[in-house]
Amino acid sequence: MLTIPRNWREKPQRYMLKGGKCKDCGYTMYPARKVCPKCHSENIEIIDLPREGKILTYTVIYSAPEGFEDFSPYAVAIVELTNGARLMLQIVDTDFNNIEIGKKVSVVFRRLFVEGKAGIIIYGPKAIVED
Amino acid sequence: MTGIVGYGCYVPKRRIKVEEIAAQWGENAETLKNGLLVREKTVPAKDEDSVTIAYEAARNALKRAEIDPQEIGAVYIGSESKPYAVKPSATIVADALGITPAVHVADYEFACKAGSETVFVVYGLVKSGEIKYGLGIGSDTSQGAPKDPLEYTAAAGGAAFIMGNDNVIAEVIATYSYTTDTPDFWRRDGQSYPTHTGPFTGAPAYFHHTLNSAKGVMEKAKMTPKDITYCVFHQPNGAFPLRASKMLGFTKEQFEPGWVAPYIGNTYSGCSLLGLASVLDIAKANDIILVTSFGSGAGSDSFIFRVTERLEKVRNNAPLLKYYADRKQYVNYATYAFLRGKIKMRED
Repeated sequence: MLTIPRNWREKPQRYMLKGGKCKDCGYTMYPARKVCPKCHSENIEIIDLPREGKILTYTVIYSAPEGFEDFSPYAVAIVELTNGARLMLQIVDTDFNNIEIGKKVSVVFRRLFVEGKAGIIIYGPKAIVED
Repeated sequence: MTGIVGYGCYVPKRRIKVEEIAAQWGENAETLKNGLLVREKTVPAKDEDSVTIAYEAARNALKRAEIDPQEIGAVYIGSESKPYAVKPSATIVADALGITPAVHVADYEFACKAGSETVFVVYGLVKSGEIKYGLGIGSDTSQGAPKDPLEYTAAAGGAAFIMGNDNVIAEVIATYSYTTDTPDFWRRDGQSYPTHTGPFTGAPAYFHHTLNSAKGVMEKAKMTPKDITYCVFHQPNGAFPLRASKMLGFTKEQFEPGWVAPYIGNTYSGCSLLGLASVLDIAKANDIILVTSFGSGAGSDSFIFRVTERLEKVRNNAPLLKYYADRKQYVNYATYAFLRGKIKMRED
């Protein structure tokens, strides 16, 4: 589970899909990092990531970890956005039969985690398959 | 010229039919459908709430407004299904849309007219010159107790409107509010479901306030129903707004484009605003639109808008209501009960 301060710090990536782009080699990343994982440059700029992409691969989770039981079974995919950045997103509002590698997806804003009946609600990105 | 510069809507994908709910409780679906004039309603997913709905609607409004989010000086959400009893919803939406931090933010509540209230207030702030743009949102995941007549209509959805003084797509011609203390429907603190007074919600509440507010705004604008192209009313079901439109002298052609309850249900704070969005999806330059909300407790806000030529230029920047209305995934009563938290799961 995310702590409240950590979730608060990570708002740019969760709320606004902010990512990073290496000014030296052009590699795009989510979330932004201080060092480019490809060329090790520290010359990283924060960018708005596109909200459209495609499924690179996916799996369906039937045995959910604590806190995600209400969602199971649910699909999780590695999505490649149109600018090349890759991120892992839950696929929602989509029949599993309609989830395929290569299918186009859009990023939506949903509840990611609810900390019991009295705790914090964490919001962030998920994806839907575009018909 | 002050008015709407951008609008957007959102309704969840899941639906439940009146037949499915009626079968659960042994009631006659045809009688209910003929009485309520509602066929089905939207159901939020487990990870959707009034915040996520408000966000999606507001994002669509921003696409049509074609403005820098940082120029928005006020963000208000009207809802009766806030995820937190204490902690604003609008801070989440304003932050996620890149509008913070130099912005006035608040949550509004006035039963089903909380959404129109937000538009009313941001319109005033923009017109006075206090802010450049203001964002008003009505969004709800409406509550209705199991077996209560409300269960057939209480739905989820929302609409957002950005008001401004330039690049207006629908100019505000007149506004009018009609309010009295009329206890027709309420939800006490800590209660999961609202209480209502049956037939008392009709004549002294919905119809008295809706009709007087609509008449008031037309009088203020020196207009009659013949001057209005489209009329939109709050839609607690399909029957009430249809009757109100007939009592005021509107025709089927004026009323039906904004009549969304039969296929979406009653989205509470989002309801009349979704009707307005539905009309803006088809309206042409110089069309005149009357919108009258209703909130139990009770009051009605009315607006008369004149559509400008800009609407057609920006309309397709974001999905129309029809796009969301046509995306459907039907659920049975058990799934509906789970999604709406009506089944007791493991203890948290």
